[in-house]
Amino acid sequence: MRGIITVIGKDRVGIIAAVSNILMEANINILDITQTTLQDIFTMIMLVDLSNPNLTFDQLSKKLDDKGEEMGLSIRIQREDIFNAMHKI
Amino acid sequence: MINTYEILETIKMISSESLDIRTITMGISLRDCAHSDMDELAKRVYDKITRKAEKLVKTGEDIEREYGIPITNKRISVTPVSIIGEAANGDYIKIAMAMDRATETTGVDFIGGYSALVHKGYTDGDRRFVDSIPEALSETKRVCASVNIATTKAGINMDAIAQMGQVIKKSAELSAKEDGIACAKLVVFCNAPEDNPFMAGSFHGIGEPECVINVGVSGPGVMHNALKKISPNADFTEVAETIKKTAFKITRVGQLVATEASRRLGVTFGIVDLSLAPTPAIGDSIANIIEDMGLEKCGAPGTTAALALLNDAVKKGGTMASSQVGGLSGAFIPVSEDAGMVEAVKAGALSLEKLEAMTCVCSVGLDMIAVPGDTPDYTISAIIADEAAIGMINNKTTAVRIIPVPGKKVGDFVEFGGLLGSSPIMAVNVFSSKAFIARGGRIPAPIHSLRN
Repeated sequence: MRGIITVIGKDRVGIIAAVSNILMEANINILDITQTTLQDIFTMIMLVDLSNPNLTFDQLSKKLDDKGEEMGLSIRIQREDIFNAMHKI
Repeated sequence: MINTYEILETIKMISSESLDIRTITMGISLRDCAHSDMDELAKRVYDKITRKAEKLVKTGEDIEREYGIPITNKRISVTPVSIIGEAANGDYIKIAMAMDRATETTGVDFIGGYSALVHKGYTDGDRRFVDSIPEALSETKRVCASVNIATTKAGINMDAIAQMGQVIKKSAELSAKEDGIACAKLVVFCNAPEDNPFMAGSFHGIGEPECVINVGVSGPGVMHNALKKISPNADFTEVAETIKKTAFKITRVGQLVATEASRRLGVTFGIVDLSLAPTPAIGDSIANIIEDMGLEKCGAPGTTAALALLNDAVKKGGTMASSQVGGLSGAFIPVSEDAGMVEAVKAGALSLEKLEAMTCVCSVGLDMIAVPGDTPDYTISAIIADEAAIGMINNKTTAVRIIPVPGKKVGDFVEFGGLLGSSPIMAVNVFSSKAFIARGGRIPAPIHSLRN
């Protein structure tokens, strides 16, 4: 199972570090990463491998959510399937 | 590997364009619950529903979190209660009570199937059952009822239509303190589908399997925003293509959720219903989509054509996106549940007669219409007859969900709350249909029902 993490908000120091740290602690590998900054709005998207995490999906989601709140960003994780379903035939 | 645009498009649809899965509805057969003793029957009904749907709400919530898509309602539909209760001596209301208790235990939002199929005539049990509807609806919270009074194959049961006018009036009176809300849980159908996941008309048809998962999508807000992005001068080919592509995307999410829910629950996947279901949220409106096509207000001349295009394009895009399509599958035009419709009524742009014309080209019918409390029962019956005729002749589902709000008159406003929304009281033609409804009998099936 793979997940997509999206981070949207104002650019600042340490966003990638903060998210990767949570993923490392949860034993989640980052498969791909892309980021853009448009008019000061930072968007980062990560494709992650959820096959062997040491947290449940809910716990991970909550951790990312809490981190997002702390940093004034929106950080969400969703299973990759929803994007594939919508955009690929 | 990562397409930023596509990912952000999906996230935007969910976070700011009100994309949601309207409902995961579990259909449960109650045919094995029949018993000659009504108390025992009611107990069996409660036990079976709570057993089958034990994990429905939790599974829905898990899917919501993992996929990041809201699932607004989790619901249950059951075999028409008139059928399973027919052999029992006693009051059908006991079954309604058992169903209501089962919703509390399972945590679902609504349960449908307090229903009867009387399109060709009543059995003795049907008669007792239909009589019980007003009390059942006013004494329960989450039980929804429906009665099928016509089909293209059988014609229109005018005796049933006459009675349903009275049943609606009585339901309104018994729930007068809550502005007749019992009527919001009662649908009168022509050509009722057996696998519809949407309330209040959902029931688990007699041709359905033991247990099934049906999913209804939403998405008027997404459609509205997609149309905002194309040029205001774009021709209708481009409008239709935009709707088709957007409907495809919306429905694919429905298909994903439906297959995932049925896999996790170990229950057969039934259908995805392609209906665009509005909510009272601003921008999540079918009326707004119609207005996007160049009409000043929904109800203006051109509205029926705009709705026909919308309905057809949604089906074309949605059919491609789902392996099994069913239910009602069309655009809904409930007045109180759609802020754009409410605005159009307030502005004087949208009348009952225009809505009736619109129901010729979309699903489902005159839906969530609040009318004056003193509207006579035979007038309500005659409105139902008109809708049934549209459904019967055009070989489609039509329905009426009308609320004669006690004590209110044209121009007043009524608040139903939640997804049911609010509405101005609409004007009804005041000329009498009394003698017409008093005739009774059956309007024969049309010639094109003879297809063999």
